Amino acid sequence: MGSLAQNARVVVALGRRSIYQTFRRPQLMAPIIIFPSLLLAVQTGGAGQAVNLPGFPEVNGFLDFMLAGAMIQSCLLAGNSGGIALAVDIEMGFTDRLLAAPISRFSMVLGRLAGTAALGAFSAVYYVVVGLIFGAQIEEGVVGIVLMIVFVTLSAVAFGGIGAAIALRSGSASVVQGLFPLVFVILFLSSAFFPYELMQEPASTIAEYNPVSFIVEGVRDPVISTLTGSDAWRAFASIIGIGAVSLGLSAAALRHRLRTGG
Amino acid sequence: MVAIEVRGLKRKFGDEVYAVRGVDLDVAEGEIYAFLGPNGAGKTTTVRMLTTLLRPTGGTAKVAGHDVVTEAGEVRKSIGVALQEAALDPLMTGRELILLQATLHGLSRSDGKERAERLLDRVGLDHAADRRVGTYSGGMKRRLDLASALVHSPRVLFLDEPTTGLDPVSRKAIWEEVQALNDDGATIFLTTQYLEEADQLADRVGIIAGGLLVAEDTPTALKAEIGNAHLEIAICDGELERAEAIVADLGKPLPSRNGLLMIELEGGAGGVAPVVRALDEAGLAVESLDLVEPTLDDVFVKKTGRHLEGDDEAAPEAEPAQAEA
Repeated sequence: MGSLAQNARVVVALGRRSIYQTFRRPQLMAPIIIFPSLLLAVQTGGAGQAVNLPGFPEVNGFLDFMLAGAMIQSCLLAGNSGGIALAVDIEMGFTDRLLAAPISRFSMVLGRLAGTAALGAFSAVYYVVVGLIFGAQIEEGVVGIVLMIVFVTLSAVAFGGIGAAIALRSGSASVVQGLFPLVFVILFLSSAFFPYELMQEPASTIAEYNPVSFIVEGVRDPVISTLTGSDAWRAFASIIGIGAVSLGLSAAALRHRLRTGG
Repeated sequence: MVAIEVRGLKRKFGDEVYAVRGVDLDVAEGEIYAFLGPNGAGKTTTVRMLTTLLRPTGGTAKVAGHDVVTEAGEVRKSIGVALQEAALDPLMTGRELILLQATLHGLSRSDGKERAERLLDRVGLDHAADRRVGTYSGGMKRRLDLASALVHSPRVLFLDEPTTGLDPVSRKAIWEEVQALNDDGATIFLTTQYLEEADQLADRVGIIAGGLLVAEDTPTALKAEIGNAHLEIAICDGELERAEAIVADLGKPLPSRNGLLMIELEGGAGGVAPVVRALDEAGLAVESLDLVEPTLDDVFVKKTGRHLEGDDEAAPEAEPAQAEA
């Protein structure tokens, strides 16, 4: 078997393990499904009248607007959970098992991210189903749903790279876990839960240029309107940019760990 | 043929802390080599360098004929590694772990399944194969770790403290398995802080302290350096001096300790009978008699100036005794 094919097999096997791990450890699953679902329920129930504010985008309901935010919240937290799981692997020595095997060492990171990607896809499907059950209308139909799933899946990889980089650099699950509140700061300083046009300064400007806003709007676009090329491209470019930086940081952190032994 | 060849191996952490200060050793193919030393002596650091998990900061090492730095990939193909504390995922089942290990080593799905069945059976875990590892006992975890290290039939097997923390029964089961693997032709490099383990299993023992190899030989030869076995005899009250005079010509008298007659026997166990006979003929009643063989701990004390077992907490970074190093 060629080296590339063998490494692909390893990435798939490690990705599968990462998925089992998440489903078998409720504390890793909760941030992906339960927290965003609760926030979605509370916000759509309690702040639904926000859609009537002057300047609010034209939507069928607040749920339509919020779905993209819940999905991106879910995949940011999936990335964080993936980082925690990787740090736990480092702490308990499981990564040594992988590093002592004749595989590309970055496969360890890619395997973890493959699992995070699968969880991202799962969460996208979950929120689409939840949205449809509770009356959301996806304007772009099936094509829009597919595009949302693709964006959320790729976002999970991009955000997962940040979690992986911090896990590899620190080797500590509690350090990665400590980033949990930061996820909410990033989300609330984006257009995930509220249009940036209606925010106060400086939050409005920060949210306008926050790459997470571009991704959220790319995911939201097929729900609330017919597809806009510019939103989709900006989302795609943001995902690629964040992904390139996070994977680069992960590779550097892995190199540092291998060089120094910790 | 040499399975492991190490020359001047060093590892420094930071600017000043040397975990390994320059180790030279050779392990022949088919040999069981025990690396004996207390916590902090440099055993695990050495194993991590030999298994390519840590880059040396000095010296060279070859495993299965491949350099651990420049041919690390080839080394990884040739070795099996069971690390300290059994680094197992508690959420995986035993079977999943072996199958993952088989994939890591490039076995096909069907070969991996077949190997998993055979290895789980071999280490007596077939009944628990589909249970999560988190539910396993310590001994079961070590056996699973051992099985996973064997999935690709490695030429050289590294076992880092394979029985630490295990009860005597589980420890014996691991020893039997290690011996069986060696009988099948595997070269085994194991680290241990248990004297009995090194004594029972190893063809040769290397004693490491303070990052230096301070002694290396077969357990028998190492113990022979210390001297012969000695007898410790409890004699009836008031008769110690007379007894010492009677047996003086039958061995090398040693200073009495705790009221016991002490005599070193040059002929080993064969010298016991003449001593007992002489005391009996003199009408002296023997209350108890122990033949004390030199132990690896005696060797360790001679080489490092301290005991190996039960001394870890006091001095985690053991320094070798200058006189013997």
